[in-house]
Amino acid sequence: MLTFFVRRLLAAVPAICTLVVATFLIMRVLPGDPAAFFASGPVPTAEETAYVRQKLGLDRTVPEQLLIYVKDIARADLGMSFTTGRPVLTELRERLPASLELAVTALLLALAISIPLGVMAAIWRGSPVDHLARVISSIGVSMPTFVTGLLLTYVFFLWLGLAPEPVDRIDMFIAAPPRLTGFLLIDSSLSGRWDALQSAAGRLVLPSITMAIFVLSPLTRMTRSSMLGVLSSDFVRTARAMGLSDVTVYIRYALRNALLPVLTTMGIVFSTMLGSNVLVERVFGWPGIGSFALNALLASDYAPVQGFVLLMGLLLVTVNLAIDVAYGLADPRARRGV
Amino acid sequence: MQPSSSIVSHAARIVTLNWLSVAAVATVTILLLLAVFGPMLAPFDPYATDLGHVLLPPGRTHWFGTDQLGRDVLSRVIVSARLDLFIAVCAVTASFTIGVGIGGLSGYLGGAFDLWTSRIAEMLQVFPLFVLAMALVAALGNDLRNVILATAIVNLPFYVRLARVEVGVLSSQLFVEAARVAGNGDARIIARVLLPNVMPNLMIQLSVNLGWAILNAASLSFIGLGIRPPTAEWGIMVADGAAQAMAGNWWLVVFPGVALALAVFAFNLLGDALRDILDVRSR
Repeated sequence: MLTFFVRRLLAAVPAICTLVVATFLIMRVLPGDPAAFFASGPVPTAEETAYVRQKLGLDRTVPEQLLIYVKDIARADLGMSFTTGRPVLTELRERLPASLELAVTALLLALAISIPLGVMAAIWRGSPVDHLARVISSIGVSMPTFVTGLLLTYVFFLWLGLAPEPVDRIDMFIAAPPRLTGFLLIDSSLSGRWDALQSAAGRLVLPSITMAIFVLSPLTRMTRSSMLGVLSSDFVRTARAMGLSDVTVYIRYALRNALLPVLTTMGIVFSTMLGSNVLVERVFGWPGIGSFALNALLASDYAPVQGFVLLMGLLLVTVNLAIDVAYGLADPRARRGV
Repeated sequence: MQPSSSIVSHAARIVTLNWLSVAAVATVTILLLLAVFGPMLAPFDPYATDLGHVLLPPGRTHWFGTDQLGRDVLSRVIVSARLDLFIAVCAVTASFTIGVGIGGLSGYLGGAFDLWTSRIAEMLQVFPLFVLAMALVAALGNDLRNVILATAIVNLPFYVRLARVEVGVLSSQLFVEAARVAGNGDARIIARVLLPNVMPNLMIQLSVNLGWAILNAASLSFIGLGIRPPTAEWGIMVADGAAQAMAGNWWLVVFPGVALALAVFAFNLLGDALRDILDVRSR
């Protein structure tokens, strides 16, 4: 098991290297001369620009610049955001929990809906339940997240008045709980701030539903098809023949085996969610890394974009690593493959 | 037994079984018609502002209402079809041609070329596609051409991997060996034996990707990348209408949003229908 883990960890190294080089290249290709941007005054003089260029290392050769970039990353220096005037790393660290809280809530919600739906669709294959599952997941994957978000806000906030306004993670008149983890649900529970917990949970509902709807399709389809595969296998037939009850066969025998392929799709699902995060955060005024990167991008402030892409990539490498390790723990056969 | 008539009868059976497929084909046809004849069908000029009739709710003259500048929403929704479909078709055609070329070659040749292309495709696929598209548009420059290019690039890995797997599996089949033994060259084998056999699965991917490309382009313009106002485009219309919708003018978001969702939905369903018809294994 340990060798499997180490080997899998080593396999992530090239991915991280590519990621670093890719983010560097994106920064190099991006339009505009950063030096002219950073130089003070509306019309920077040639000397000023040259000075800033030298200070930023832009007068060096490309390989030298890459080396500087790698060194900066090793020192956890992702540069400054000139729209907020703060280090990019600080901004990302403060905002990451907001994005993760939203994505994880949405993922749990999506799993809670799609696994039972997929199982039922497989058990009663060809029945109305199966068709319903197919239609629901097809509609879900076709709905643009920003449209779903706006429609939900219109209906539940403006029309029915059930949901809170789509701004920020917590009511502005409620003091935020002391920052322990950055996850508002956890922080407010730990400090016993039930008003804050209620407000934060309330604001999570619509954005997480919006995101969950979008990823229902791959999860439901995968659960259904892998459940169908398992249900037609010999050990299920044997279990049935032994006279075990339907519930035991379906849940304890079939579902456990069917969940493994679902686990492998979680990487793609999480990646899709992080992508749609940018849109959902924009619609709901969510102070996460997606909205931060987007605002920076629209203001031609590229250091945050670079940091965002890097962080996103690292996050996904970690998630995929965790999934593979979990898979290895659950299925010993998978450990040999890597 | 004639294969073509059996495919037709199979298709007919599928269509009668599944009315959703019929709906998908119908919607895609309507979309294509709108894309071609849209400007002629639009009841009003989609760009003509009319400050005397601002923010009218849907009614007899303006079926979908008017926006904050008095422009007819229905006309704008109709005219958008051409732009969004144009982006999707261009992007998907590009990624299809290049992706199938690269993937087919790496499946056929194997070796180092195969190793590198699959590694790169794998890495690209792990990354959130929308974020990648966003970064690419920002890096290449904020215009229509680059939206198409970015959409094409993010879709590329799907075709590379699919074509590679399909060709790889097929190359070891006996009928391919037979074609080789019969004295056919590589080029002929690829064009006449392999390609026709990988097409069905690629077509399914193509249809699903068209929907995804429309969604991607509209999402990019929603966040202010790519196409700019006042161009009539579904994503921009939703973005423009968002503030208005919060003031109660729902039709500015609902109509372009539903049109967009419907277009994506139709292409996804078409992909499903094609899978039912073409996928021999599921018959």
